[in-house]
Amino acid sequence: MRPSPPPTDGDAVVPTVTVSFTPLPAHVRTARFIAASVARRAGVPETVLDEVRLAVSEACSLAVRLHRAKAPDTPVELRMVEEDKRFRVEVADAVPRERPVDDVELAVELVDDEGIGNNHSAGSSSADQQARERIGLAVINGLVDDVEVDYLAGGTVVAMAWPLELADQDGAPSGPASGSSASS
Amino acid sequence: MDLSLSTRSEADRTVVVVGGEIDVYTAPKLREQLIDLVSAGNYHIVVDMENVEFLDSTGLGVLVGGLKRVRAHDGSLRLVCTQERILKIFRITGLTKVFPIHSSVDEAVAATD
Repeated sequence: MRPSPPPTDGDAVVPTVTVSFTPLPAHVRTARFIAASVARRAGVPETVLDEVRLAVSEACSLAVRLHRAKAPDTPVELRMVEEDKRFRVEVADAVPRERPVDDVELAVELVDDEGIGNNHSAGSSSADQQARERIGLAVINGLVDDVEVDYLAGGTVVAMAWPLELADQDGAPSGPASGSSASS
Repeated sequence: MDLSLSTRSEADRTVVVVGGEIDVYTAPKLREQLIDLVSAGNYHIVVDMENVEFLDSTGLGVLVGGLKRVRAHDGSLRLVCTQERILKIFRITGLTKVFPIHSSVDEAVAATD
């Protein structure tokens, strides 16, 4: 995957951290630690960091599983962008595919945990892959209000964003503490 | 923190105490543990998740797999969890309807369908 140039906003460079990692399950943990750390520095409220961790972990797990099956030599890209009022995370994989079925209950039925193992991803069925993608995306959609998933010719980008806590002139947080109100 | 696992028997149930993080890296350990228990004839399992610090959908997949295995032997798999951040993941995915979730190990061990 090509490294992306830092986005610019007029003359100002938008603060961005990009991490490429080989698709190893152990690196998913590293990815979520980095994302939470960058999110905290950017001003994402502490109460929301658990959700950042989980959503990034879901997106990275999905990408790692797919890469191990289809593109084991290609790194997964994690991109974190500190925009004006929101913190955006993108997880890009290099495995072109169709959008999975949109039925979580069916997905739970189809999950076959034979595919969950260090060396078995390649052997798991496409129904299982799709089912687990659907469940992973359901978790992300349940946690994050601002989500876009783009199925592109070269792979898929899962983009998630959280509002930043904006300090007013007295330094007190005034931004909405949203993001912690996932449907239940 | 890595995954920690320990098992013990209570009445006719096997209690698996899970701690730490269940993700794509550690979930295979939990999967192996559940397979070993079922292979050894333990078909009524209680998974105590009170010390779990992180759970994602890979972990959910392993629990669903465990449930399918015990059900093949008319067994049961019950969860113990009171942590809101973990329960939320079960709710989002509709798995609160699939797993019996209890607030204590005692309650789970005493439960019958």
